[in-house]
Amino acid sequence: MKQYEATIGLETHVMQQTRTKMFCGCLRVYGADANTHVCPVCVGYPGAMPVLNRKAIELCCKAGMLLGCSINRLSRWDRKNYFYPDMAKNYQITQADDPLCLGGKLEVEVDGVTKVFDIERIHQEENAAKNIHAAGASLVDYNRAGTALMEIVSTPCMHSAEDALAYMTAIKQIMQYGGISACDQEKGEMRSDVNISVRPVGQSELGAKVEIKNMNSFAFIKEAIEYEVDRQISVLEQGGTIDQETRGYDAERGETFVQRSKEDAHDYRYFPEPDLLPLTLTEEEMEAWRSELPELPAQRRARYVEELGLPAYDAAVLTADKATSDWFEAVLPYSSKAKPISNFMMGEMQRLLTEKEITIEACKMMPEALAKLVDLIDQGVISNSAGKQVFEILFDEGGTPESIIEAKGLAQVSDDCALEQWADTAIAENPKPVEEYKAGNPASINFLMGQVMKASRGKANPGAVMQLLKQKLDG
Amino acid sequence: MSDLKSMTIGALKAALQEGEASAQEVVEQLLTVVEEDAGRVGAFLSLDKDSVREQASVCDEVRGAGNDKKLLGIPISIKDLINVKGDPCTCSSHILEGYVAPYDATVIRKLREAGAILFGRVNMDEFAMGSSTENAALGVTSNPWRLDHVPGGSSGGSAAAVSADHTIASLGSDTGGSIRQPAAFCGCVGLKPTYGRVSRYGLTAFASSLDQIGPITKNVWDAALLLEVISGEDERDATSLREPVPSYTKALEQTTSLEGVTLGLPREYFVEGMDPEVEEAVRNAVEQCRALGAEIVDVSLPHAKYAISVYYIIATAEASANLARFDGIRYGMRVDGADPAALYAKTRASGLGDEVKRRIILGTYVLSSGYYDAYYKKAQRVQQCIRNDFESVFKECDALIAPVTPTPAYRKGEKTDDPLKMYLDDILTTSVNLAGNCALSLPCGFSSDGLPIGLQLIGNHLDEENILSIAHLYEQHTDWHKRKPEFLS
Ligand SMILES: [Zn+2]
Repeated sequence: MKQYEATIGLETHVMQQTRTKMFCGCLRVYGADANTHVCPVCVGYPGAMPVLNRKAIELCCKAGMLLGCSINRLSRWDRKNYFYPDMAKNYQITQADDPLCLGGKLEVEVDGVTKVFDIERIHQEENAAKNIHAAGASLVDYNRAGTALMEIVSTPCMHSAEDALAYMTAIKQIMQYGGISACDQEKGEMRSDVNISVRPVGQSELGAKVEIKNMNSFAFIKEAIEYEVDRQISVLEQGGTIDQETRGYDAERGETFVQRSKEDAHDYRYFPEPDLLPLTLTEEEMEAWRSELPELPAQRRARYVEELGLPAYDAAVLTADKATSDWFEAVLPYSSKAKPISNFMMGEMQRLLTEKEITIEACKMMPEALAKLVDLIDQGVISNSAGKQVFEILFDEGGTPESIIEAKGLAQVSDDCALEQWADTAIAENPKPVEEYKAGNPASINFLMGQVMKASRGKANPGAVMQLLKQKLDG
Repeated sequence: MSDLKSMTIGALKAALQEGEASAQEVVEQLLTVVEEDAGRVGAFLSLDKDSVREQASVCDEVRGAGNDKKLLGIPISIKDLINVKGDPCTCSSHILEGYVAPYDATVIRKLREAGAILFGRVNMDEFAMGSSTENAALGVTSNPWRLDHVPGGSSGGSAAAVSADHTIASLGSDTGGSIRQPAAFCGCVGLKPTYGRVSRYGLTAFASSLDQIGPITKNVWDAALLLEVISGEDERDATSLREPVPSYTKALEQTTSLEGVTLGLPREYFVEGMDPEVEEAVRNAVEQCRALGAEIVDVSLPHAKYAISVYYIIATAEASANLARFDGIRYGMRVDGADPAALYAKTRASGLGDEVKRRIILGTYVLSSGYYDAYYKKAQRVQQCIRNDFESVFKECDALIAPVTPTPAYRKGEKTDDPLKMYLDDILTTSVNLAGNCALSLPCGFSSDGLPIGLQLIGNHLDEENILSIAHLYEQHTDWHKRKPEFLS
């Protein structure tokens, strides 16, 4: 039986976080009332003309720089013609032959193996409007129409759903780190067209390409790729041929289905956009953008391991999303105790964020408060378990750890008189464990320890208690 | 009361400044003649009397308060493809029936700032596609010099209104000759500015890389003043030029002779089949310029013969995309269909005229995969050759002097059955749009039938000052522009 190999390429559309739209002054707003952020330009009124948004160009170039692309000093605009109600002018302004960014690389770890995926190009274009199909009517909301959208095109360089997922995860991370896009998939800020073909291992030319369009969920992309690769292989195995076509993914049935055959493929009739001049970038502005590029997750991970001495696992968890990593970064100036801070962030912080369904930006705790909390635990002012209580209060209400410890009376008691009283009481009231300890069972001291902690309502310093009990029993 | 409606901008400005007339008197005279015309010339598609009277009274108040502006109280009529906030903008097409413009074009903003009165919307070929204003879905316009003749096109309404004294001046647009040719047919002055000199923001696009808005006026000085007002860089039009706008009127007032001026006579512009009366009038004008001190040299624009072919590829390609937005979804006319594709097809089938459909189909074809290189790409290369031709002749001369059209205005219906014959009307004008230069048309004679003949002066990029000055001097020494159509007397 033949062995087959899948080849996958991705066209990933990323909405840039510009304040205004790509070619007009309308604000880019998500979730506003329909058609409240529109003007003659983005609704395609007669006589309206596009004006370039320089911020979008900056973000597209920065994305290119972060992905190792070369930036074209001279790029051009083209019209892509097709009739559809989501495209007001019935053509899209995009870049065909001369895009802003060409050729890039993305190094990703897939199942412990480092792989390099090639990026063919990144071009700038404008977004479509949103069609809403209500009962008996189709409506169009142009708020999204004309917002800045860039398309990152990979070469056909991936071979599995895992490859594709790792690629997209890395792209998303980099876009977030670079301040290019929030990549909120639920808001459609990151969508991918997936090109899949299958060929017998050893065959040099690629098989016929099937495109699955407009997918925003990573989980569905994975399912769709797996389904489609299996489908193509079984068609080939049964002696069939794969048609070059566009398919959609039905998530409920877990299947792909034909949307458009090759015969119905659009002829987009690209031609130069006469309303915009070719775009020239100066060496100075590119240099300025380059100097503003942020540290990428891979670089941060390396620094966490090498300079902060964190385990690789911690470094990966902390850098998985930019907001968490930035929060962690904000604690660092106040503390050198990276590992206990990391523990709090991976443990309590994650638990509370999930439980309360909020983002890290919405938590009330200040980074310096966490640094202080870790110090106080380290100095024995409060116990670990009291520390968790304080963390939760800081998370919900903010404030300083000291004032919370004070208000809740959580400070540990190391005062000798009080400890002595509790220890004496515990020994006097529990003769049996005392006997057992003296008879050579050291574990029995833990019971007495528990009694003291109980009496102190958790505030006794466990180390001091243990020392005191041993003194009294051994003495 | 004196005859205000037949005045030039210059004369009317003086009368208004001297207090010899009021803006309200001017518009009343114009409103009366337009009403009495009852469609004989038929230049107007819409004319909102209340708005016109209101604007005039505001102008008189402003002047009464001691203010003056370049065009204060001067009525200007607007070709019906330029957006004026709150006005219809039909482009002479059924498909835009019901559309009301939500914004002002940049030229309209500038006219308002200069104190002009927006005096109605004038007829044109549908979406500026045509040379006779016969491809107009909403009304017929006649040539004031002979009412059974066409006024030219596509800015036929603009030229007819000016020539018939139904307005003081007007704005047209020129994609392949659409200002100069009707100006020539109607005996007006028409100027196509350098590409980018005037903002296109708000001009319903036909062919974006060729379109320019320009003035159609009763004399050269008026064209200079109007150009001065509407020109300049516009942040809303990325193709508008940054260069500062000179005072064109000052430039022409300073020119008193053509001494030291070299005029090129392009041999390709005296085409076979040219009406002998046109050729004679133009050659007489050339001699007049020589007499005024100009040196005349023969020049060649070897690629001129390809201009029509290149033009009808580039212009239709751009039009096929520009007109795609007229789909019945957001504004204008709609014929419902079972799905979007059916809605588009039905709306466009009934909303657009034959010539517009013909050009959309042609433009779609030349951009189609498999044909793009052979047509569009090749046309672009030839366009570059045409540009180079102009560049090299402007090394040896200051301006070119040529006819505007091979014949004077023709009878209505004479060419409507033969689009190709109609396309040849543009043979002497399209090169200039393809090269992006400026050019103007001014009266230089009359045919034995009493029809005006136009002279074309073609200038280098941003050299409007030069062609306006030459034209002005020529005009000072001739009387052609003073003649009025007979039906007015
Ligand atoms: Zn807008």
